[in-house]
Amino acid sequence: MDFFTSPETTAEKLGLMVFAMLLFVVVMGGLLFAVDKPKRVPRWVVALCFVGPAVLLVVGGLVYPGILTIISSFKNKTGAEWVGLDNYVTAFTTDQFQIVLRNTALWVVLVPIVSTFIGLVYAVLVDRTRFEKLAKALVFLPMAISMVGASIIWKFVYEYRPDQPGIQQTGLLNQLLVWLGLEPQQFLINQPTNTLFLIAVMVWIQTGFAMTILSAAIKAIPDDIVEAARLDGLHGVGMFRYITVPSIRPALVVVVTTIAMGTLKVFDIVRTMTGGQFGTSVVANEFYTQSFRLANEGLGAALAVILFILVIPIVVYNVRQLRLSEEVR
Amino acid sequence: MTAVPPTLPTSLDADASHDIQRVGRLSRAERRAIAVKGKLSSPWASAIAIIIAILWTVPSIGLLVTSFRPAIDIRSSGWWTVWTDPQFTLDNYDDVLFGSADLASFFVNSIVITLPAVVIPISIALLASYAFAWIDFKGRNLLFVAVFALQIVPIQITLIPLLSAYVDAEINGTFWTVWLSHSIFALPLAIFLLHNFMKEIPASLIEAARMDGAGHVKIFFQVLLPLLVPAIASFAIFQFLWVWNDLLVGLTFANQDSRPLTVAVADLAGTRGNAWHLLTAGAFVSMIVPLIVFLALQRYFVRGLLAGSVKG
Amino acid sequence: MTSSRLSVKRRALAAVAGGASLAIVLTACSSGGSGDDESSSGGEASSIDCAPYEEFGDIDGTKVHVYTSIVDPEGATMQASFEPFTECTGVEIDYEASREFEAQLLVRVKAGNAPDIAFLPQPGLLQTIVRDTGTIVPAPESVAKNVDEFFEPTWKDYGTVDGVFYAAPMDANVKSYVWYSPAAFADGGYEIPETWDDLIALSEQYSEDNDGALPWCAGVESGDATGWPGTDWVEDMMLRTAGPDVYDQWYTHEIPFNDPQVVTAFDTAGEVLKDPAMVNAGLGGVDSIATTPWTEAGIGLLDGTCFLHRAANFYQTQFPEGTDVSEDGEVYAFYLPTNQTDIKPVEVGGTFAAAFNDRPEVQAFQTYISSADWANAKAKATPNGGWVNANLQLDPENLATEFDRLSASILTDENSIVRFDASDLMPGAVGAGTFWTGIVNWLTGQSTQEVVDQIEASWPTS
Repeated sequence: MDFFTSPETTAEKLGLMVFAMLLFVVVMGGLLFAVDKPKRVPRWVVALCFVGPAVLLVVGGLVYPGILTIISSFKNKTGAEWVGLDNYVTAFTTDQFQIVLRNTALWVVLVPIVSTFIGLVYAVLVDRTRFEKLAKALVFLPMAISMVGASIIWKFVYEYRPDQPGIQQTGLLNQLLVWLGLEPQQFLINQPTNTLFLIAVMVWIQTGFAMTILSAAIKAIPDDIVEAARLDGLHGVGMFRYITVPSIRPALVVVVTTIAMGTLKVFDIVRTMTGGQFGTSVVANEFYTQSFRLANEGLGAALAVILFILVIPIVVYNVRQLRLSEEVR
Repeated sequence: MTAVPPTLPTSLDADASHDIQRVGRLSRAERRAIAVKGKLSSPWASAIAIIIAILWTVPSIGLLVTSFRPAIDIRSSGWWTVWTDPQFTLDNYDDVLFGSADLASFFVNSIVITLPAVVIPISIALLASYAFAWIDFKGRNLLFVAVFALQIVPIQITLIPLLSAYVDAEINGTFWTVWLSHSIFALPLAIFLLHNFMKEIPASLIEAARMDGAGHVKIFFQVLLPLLVPAIASFAIFQFLWVWNDLLVGLTFANQDSRPLTVAVADLAGTRGNAWHLLTAGAFVSMIVPLIVFLALQRYFVRGLLAGSVKG
Repeated sequence: MTSSRLSVKRRALAAVAGGASLAIVLTACSSGGSGDDESSSGGEASSIDCAPYEEFGDIDGTKVHVYTSIVDPEGATMQASFEPFTECTGVEIDYEASREFEAQLLVRVKAGNAPDIAFLPQPGLLQTIVRDTGTIVPAPESVAKNVDEFFEPTWKDYGTVDGVFYAAPMDANVKSYVWYSPAAFADGGYEIPETWDDLIALSEQYSEDNDGALPWCAGVESGDATGWPGTDWVEDMMLRTAGPDVYDQWYTHEIPFNDPQVVTAFDTAGEVLKDPAMVNAGLGGVDSIATTPWTEAGIGLLDGTCFLHRAANFYQTQFPEGTDVSEDGEVYAFYLPTNQTDIKPVEVGGTFAAAFNDRPEVQAFQTYISSADWANAKAKATPNGGWVNANLQLDPENLATEFDRLSASILTDENSIVRFDASDLMPGAVGAGTFWTGIVNWLTGQSTQEVVDQIEASWPTS
């Protein structure tokens, strides 16, 4: 049993990994093999085998905790008493949490739009150039960096030192300001622009995601469309506006949705760079702070539920897209 | 080339289909290159591309340079001063790799955690998204929307319920729980994205296979899977990066012996958070594998998530 | 495999009769158990009296899981200090440290996956866990006896919740220090100030002598705990302007947070922190305090850009390796003086060992870390210094540095009125929340009254 629960050596660990993957393949393969009898197995059984494992996992791992959270959002901080809507009232009426909600809105609007836009423009610009591979690798790089890494990287960008003789700037952005003869700024302190500087970090990370997916979509635009447009005299911005963007619209929706979802959940950037101080907190970070640092379970849960609610518009929009694409077919 | 039944392009052997694609793309690329000639020669376009590339690269270069600087210099001057006053040291790397931190041993853990946490959720998601896309069953759309919407459940709220369950089952702190947790968290997005790719496959292909008497399992493996390889590879890269860089799951579900690189790197900052010089080196060490993976598999991105190979 | 290793260890232990160093045990393990090497042992360094742990029965071969925020390099010295216990009892200490300790501990406790022992960095967290979850078990009699014997009663109070004693004090920090450069003092012919008024006069004198140079440097940035170094300032002033009794009423909320006496404490701290002629030496204006990492604020003492820096004893680890911390070295610290002539208030911080389990080996370990044996073992295991605790039988000779001995003497001084960091005693929502943010707002422009009113409004009602 030791091998399965606590492998000690490198070889044991790697062995366990291979074993786990093989086990998984065998189980799934057996399941599928069993239903691979067209006509004889009812369709719902087949569907169950395909969807079942996924549904089982998300129900146990996501739906159940979600329901627990909704329940505890109506309870007090220890979860012992029912308090009705008190936590929601606190979340919506306290100044501190209003700022949190405002920031979250800013994040979820700006990050997907800006990173998708930059990613798209960049993908178009480097498409089929000589340095395409290198150029894409450069912008993709931030995706490969952990949040801990990213927060260190940006510390060396935003770091502030006063403009005094004998003191050197250690943050790149402030050094640039000083070279230009301007006063160095405390980028992470000055409200409300500090939130924008945090958002820039997320944009920096997510642009690579947008760029890769959109670049692939651009390459899939049928040639005859491009050529026809060219014959009609479309170039540069016109081509971008009337051919490229409409052709990759489904990919754009996917990218914007994915980034928006990711942004709503983001908390590491805020937590590592400002700790949510100076009016920069967002709902996901506040949830973590309230639940785990301040042991205020009820309020934390209410914040999480607000997060669920915030995402409804995105879901609705995607459902409509889904319907549209069904109709097209 | 082997015999090719006209209705089932998937029974082409893999190499042959590669060749066809490659030939197709080359000529396409040539034609397209001519089409976009005007765009490239615009100095503005090049300038914008170069500016974006620089903006996105410089911060990371800062980290790289900093990781080779002595601790005291990091605090007192900017990393760009190395061009005028080069002071480099390997001490930081020496410390994190061979000092008490011993990052090397956490590499294994990260790899052991990451590979199954990529393979398992993607396999499950592939099956599910196939069903959502091509098997007609009652409540399909509703279920799909529900799964999609679950993307929003923040990992944080699941920590306590999941950990309680693992403790009750007496499997907490093993690799199994880490794999399981990563798989759960990856599923909604994986299903959403893979479903989108699946939908792009022309219905005629599926219909044709059905006419030939193929069941869903056969269609899935023989018709769809080969076409989806680039899309799966692309998503696998993302999933790899997310799992490799994850901190929260590793922190909560792994134990002393199974914790990944990120958890170890985060602790490099020291009890009072002042060891920046170690963090910079540690962060760079943890980036090496993701970078290699990306560079090695980049061609799948370039080939595209579907690369239009089945269209037109 | 496990059992064979243990039997080897037991044999080795028998051979060296409980008095040898761990090194020998390890050699014995790896070489198959020929531990007849006693003559060269020199095992005095870690030998302790094993008798206190006999009452816990046969616990050889068991494990105690410790969870803490103390990561390496401090973590390594912590682990080394447990070795004498392991030698005595054969109990293995499974040491797990994480910088995410505080949030992760709550997750684990609520999920039923609590460690055996957690080193809590603040009494407030102890209260929260005891009252909200009831998962911490009261300390056994042997621990209470140790704490009664080795510590001032105040320390026991901080480990007590609602009349039940839970957690023994471990590490202690002395917060009431002002760091300075002995060389700069010698150059200017300055004396260590004896009162707060002297300190302010000295600051002004320095400024005058150096063309208006700013004397003080400060920084409160600390990631997601930004603001805490500022709360220490206010707490120190609270002890000095209002006195220890009012201080106790303050953190227990018997007086409101916006009481005039609190305003006075803030404003006294403001004589330094909010005066552009006093701060922020080498770092910027008053508002730069909020963004300067506390870890870097005092580094300017070394190059002369800063003259005075109020920070706890553990600030010594912030100076680059090799810095001479001594009375005639590069940096040193003096007790933050007070105008009170009758008492010597000292603000302290510290760690408490709380247990989530009452298995005998856990209780034996609790007993060990509350003993003088552990305090001395820890002192010896920390050759570079930077560690003290309030154990009255901690032998100063075992402490590595002159500065640690100074801290220990302040902690055990009969005239010292020791008070724990109030923000660690307040409810988390204030002490680890609005008090911190309040400090940031106060330093970036808000008036004292606005700040204390806001903090008062945030005090939890229940």
